[in-house]
Amino acid sequence: MLDATDTPSPESDTPSRGSDAAPGVDRLRIADRTFGSRLLLGTGGFPSLAILGEAIAASGCEIVTVALRRVDPGARGSLIDLLADAGVELLPNTAGCHTARDAVLTARLAREAFETPWIKLEVIGDEDTLLPDAPELLRAAEQLVDEGFVVLPYTTDDPVLARRLADVGCAAVMPLGSPIGSGMGIRNPYNIALIREAVELALVLDAGIGTASDAALAMELGCDAVLAASAISRAQDPVRMAGAMRAAVQAGRLARGAGRIPRRLYASASTPDEGLPEL
Amino acid sequence: MIRLNGHDSDVRAGESVAEALGRLDVPSDARGVAVAVDGEVVPRAQWESFVLQEHARVEVLTAMQGG
Repeated sequence: MLDATDTPSPESDTPSRGSDAAPGVDRLRIADRTFGSRLLLGTGGFPSLAILGEAIAASGCEIVTVALRRVDPGARGSLIDLLADAGVELLPNTAGCHTARDAVLTARLAREAFETPWIKLEVIGDEDTLLPDAPELLRAAEQLVDEGFVVLPYTTDDPVLARRLADVGCAAVMPLGSPIGSGMGIRNPYNIALIREAVELALVLDAGIGTASDAALAMELGCDAVLAASAISRAQDPVRMAGAMRAAVQAGRLARGAGRIPRRLYASASTPDEGLPEL
Repeated sequence: MIRLNGHDSDVRAGESVAEALGRLDVPSDARGVAVAVDGEVVPRAQWESFVLQEHARVEVLTAMQGG
């Protein structure tokens, strides 16, 4: 899984397995860490642990999300062992929490279980859309920051809420493009662009990605990274889609840096008229 | 009666968290496991010494695939 270009970041003492950026060059920065890969992988929905492992390798990701659930004595295979072997960082989530209280307790349990202060904060306000409950989310974020957590909140594509989350000390903001698992892509690209202007923190497009072009668009809009779960895990070929997302995130990042041409209604010839012969 | 992961269990008041974990075949050195009793985290260092009271609700959690 590691290759020759994989070297630790000079900005961090912790070795990193990402090889999608040269050391120190255009790395993703979240809190006090940097990463070579700008694709985060959600582990939910994969048909098997083996396919999850292959998808992690194909994606080049360095951060994967995990949920916290009751121990199942009959469970086969160990997710935690697989992820440790893959050398990825765990980003536990608070999926399934509907109140700030539940989310805070889940975060504390995740810190205990995985020995990380990083938490993907989800506080769900509606069962059908799985949209975040903004007041509860903000309350939980504030509390967890106070307790020393590195908080990455899953939020709506609301630039004002994003700024409020930044103000209380979150390490990133992770707006949705469209509802979780919907595959509807980025429904309001203008809001994502506005959030980019509103916060200097790491901006991670989380939820709604359907295919590679959605991930590229997120990066072109100025996101620092993309988190994909269902788009990869529920694709007909998850491993191939993991590779597609990896390429799309890189392409979108390059395009953002390169600067796209302005849109215009009429054609603009790329070949000059000068020297055109009279025939 | 002690509630263990949502079920009435044969764990009795006076037993430790570590003993409750044993009912789920979870060893004390298991990686990626956290325990809450009555809505409060019980740190790993206290699993042996934390004594469960009657009607305690014990939740034993671990990593699961998720978004």
